Amino acid sequence: MAVNFNNALFEIVRNPDRCIKCRVCERQCANEVHKYDPEQDKMVANELNCVDCQRCVCLCPTNALKIRPNENQFRMNGNWNMQLMDEVYKQAGSGGVLLSAMGNPQNYPVYWDKILLNASQVTNPPIDPLREPMETKTFLGKKSQKITYDKDGKAHYEKTPYLELDLPIMFSAMSFGSISKNAHESLARAATALGTYYNTGEGGLHRDFYKYGKNTIVQVASGRFGVFKGYLDAGAAVEIKMGQGAKPGIGGHLPGMKVNEEISRTRMIPMGADAISPAPHHDIYSIEDLRQLVNSLKEATNGEKPIIVKIAAVHNVAAIASGIARSGADIIAIDGFRGGTGAAPTRIRDNVGIPIELALASVDSRLRDEGIRNDVSIVAAGSMRSAADVVKAIALGADAVYIATAALLAMGCHLCRSCNTGKCNWGIATQRADLVKRLNPNVAYERLVNLVTAWDHEIKEIMGGMGINSIESLRGNRLMLRGIGLTQKELDILGIMHAGE
Amino acid sequence: MLQREGETRIPAGCAISGFINRSGRRTNGSVIVNSIACMHERSNGLGGGFAGYGIYPEYRDQYAFHVFYDSSESRVKTEAFLDRHFDVVNLSRIPIRKNPRITDEPLIWRYFVNPLPTKLQDSQLDERTFVARCVININDKIDGAYVFSSGKNMGVFKAVGYPEDVGDFYRLEEYSGWAWTVHGRYPTNTPGWWGGAHPFSLLDYTIVHNGEISSYDANRRFIEMFGYKCNLLTDTEVITYIVDYLHRRLGMPLEDVAKVIASPFWSEIESGKFSPEETEKIRHFRNVYSSLLITGPFSIILGYNYGLMALNDRLKLRSMVAAEKGDTIYISSEECSIRTMCPDVDKIWSPRGGEPIIAELDKNCAERVGK
Repeated sequence: MAVNFNNALFEIVRNPDRCIKCRVCERQCANEVHKYDPEQDKMVANELNCVDCQRCVCLCPTNALKIRPNENQFRMNGNWNMQLMDEVYKQAGSGGVLLSAMGNPQNYPVYWDKILLNASQVTNPPIDPLREPMETKTFLGKKSQKITYDKDGKAHYEKTPYLELDLPIMFSAMSFGSISKNAHESLARAATALGTYYNTGEGGLHRDFYKYGKNTIVQVASGRFGVFKGYLDAGAAVEIKMGQGAKPGIGGHLPGMKVNEEISRTRMIPMGADAISPAPHHDIYSIEDLRQLVNSLKEATNGEKPIIVKIAAVHNVAAIASGIARSGADIIAIDGFRGGTGAAPTRIRDNVGIPIELALASVDSRLRDEGIRNDVSIVAAGSMRSAADVVKAIALGADAVYIATAALLAMGCHLCRSCNTGKCNWGIATQRADLVKRLNPNVAYERLVNLVTAWDHEIKEIMGGMGINSIESLRGNRLMLRGIGLTQKELDILGIMHAGE
Repeated sequence: MLQREGETRIPAGCAISGFINRSGRRTNGSVIVNSIACMHERSNGLGGGFAGYGIYPEYRDQYAFHVFYDSSESRVKTEAFLDRHFDVVNLSRIPIRKNPRITDEPLIWRYFVNPLPTKLQDSQLDERTFVARCVININDKIDGAYVFSSGKNMGVFKAVGYPEDVGDFYRLEEYSGWAWTVHGRYPTNTPGWWGGAHPFSLLDYTIVHNGEISSYDANRRFIEMFGYKCNLLTDTEVITYIVDYLHRRLGMPLEDVAKVIASPFWSEIESGKFSPEETEKIRHFRNVYSSLLITGPFSIILGYNYGLMALNDRLKLRSMVAAEKGDTIYISSEECSIRTMCPDVDKIWSPRGGEPIIAELDKNCAERVGK
């Protein structure tokens, strides 16, 4: 038998006084960690397979289980940590590219946590959202300033396509394929109930979900999966995916084993065939090509729908955004390096791209400096973890935000970062029928609605404290922000002052 | 060291007052001085100022620039700039009367100017935009020079001090106007600079403002896209630019300007109280001009070359009272100040939040210029 060089990341602690050998853990674990051993008459575990998804812990009826980091450690080394060594062993064994899922987990600065918010004292009253109107309705799209009045005083103005959100939070792109049909249904129904939008991602739109079209953003990515006239017509807006924060510069890969009958029909590809999105759009090799695709999509939708261009936050994001703003796009979505993914090469996910906080601030400043901020709305994505992050993003200059990881958490995800295995025990990032049915859309949609409603309440509380009663007065209002423990350079990029200034 | 106005943002509470005679009958400045003196407690001696309309009938076709200079050097530079861009019809120091409570005055000059036709043509701008750009240029680029009034047949007079002392200092009883506004300031810091007193003005637009807007930086960063420079970091400055942008540059009537900066709440818009066409227009405004919505407490009086507009924030977080007597409209932070100007008004009321009071010179009034 070959020697296993790798260390199990987790240790399963089972309290024998509590375990009643009901074997729920065994049935629930798609990774086949738990097993009943009749000879010993006890539950045993293959810890190497454990991903710490917490499914067994949550479902254990007697609270007998605990998953904790393995106490067994390789010899401590300030340079070679255990993860790096583990990865070397894996690659030496497989010869392959390492794959990971969800957002960059490495210990880079989180600027949200280094920004503090303001509140009113004395000179200006805070406003109580329980007593006074507090508005979070948001419009996304080009904001043409032109207006003329005829001699009767009637106003004439140019109407451009827009999205109307009851609150400034949307669900970000997650394809049917990367997540399950039940997860998609939950997102679609939640977006409808909340008066906002969810995003199909690049995998097309399942025929059962066309009825949620007015709350749907349909995505067109480099693989063009599931894109046809009916699909473009179904959505309220069309998003061109140029990049994704978790894996800037590369495409996507849905393994053939996940391409079942429904996915095959939705993506319009043969069953069992790998769905590979190329790194570039092969009709977009430059900014002027993007303009043509924007215009083609506008033409295909009678100019009635806003076109979103989604890009990953990379080093020269401000210049790219400026080009996009002049390309006829109505909305730019910027996805930071913490943004999630169903699968990405580990080295890309952990090393490419920049934080959304810095990208957002520099894009907003650049578009204002160039006087073209009105030509586009900005949607920030790539790790909005709480209502406070949303408030900070809007004050930095975002019109709205996309959330996805937080939405998955609301549905039960415990961020085990193993979506790429297709064995999601929570029924979210899997196509296995027995796992998918664990996610009940009736429950999950309600939890999504609860989450976003709660954040909306918190946003209103924070705004009220600042003496602001409408979200538009928060947008780009960087005076409401102060940095804590940041260098002057970081403050300059964020366009904020330091706390105490 | 304390930072001067423009280097830091200074919140302030205030008193405001104003009146307009719609027939264009002119009143001397002592009336408005008295109206603010009775609200002495609302100021703290760190800023006061007035705007008078119709006060320069002999130069009614020239732009009247009032300028503060820190030194004769800045005056020389500014006058060179003015000579390059304008035909200076008249210049003089603004007459003052020494007042023991008004000290450290800068050099205060007044110029009546016409834009040089060749310069104006070369700029490819309309006349008012050209003049506004020149004013913004001087204030932004010439150190120690500050143009604090730049309209036709109107003028701003301001200083650090209590407003009644400021009125005395500038000898306002010697000027007569068909409309006056005044501001007494209660800053929470010591700005110590005359330019920071209010009213703030650009061309004939003047604003006196009581409040502290919470939308300041959202408004500032938006309006700066259109060639404005918010050098003073005050609410009043940004509100003036917003009005200039919407009213002068986009040609929006003041009723609609009010709907942008103090827009109706969504609950009102969706209640069906407006006609479908009006509802559509307000929805459009809340979409495309959303960054010009002003939140936080404010009561303002906007002066312009043929009228006054008073407006409260949509929650009415600052007091403001209005009254009418014959063809004169009075507006003030407090009723007592209106009673000082006119003890027996025909009607007195408290305007609702977001509901503008617009009082203009009669259409056939000889004083009325422009529209």
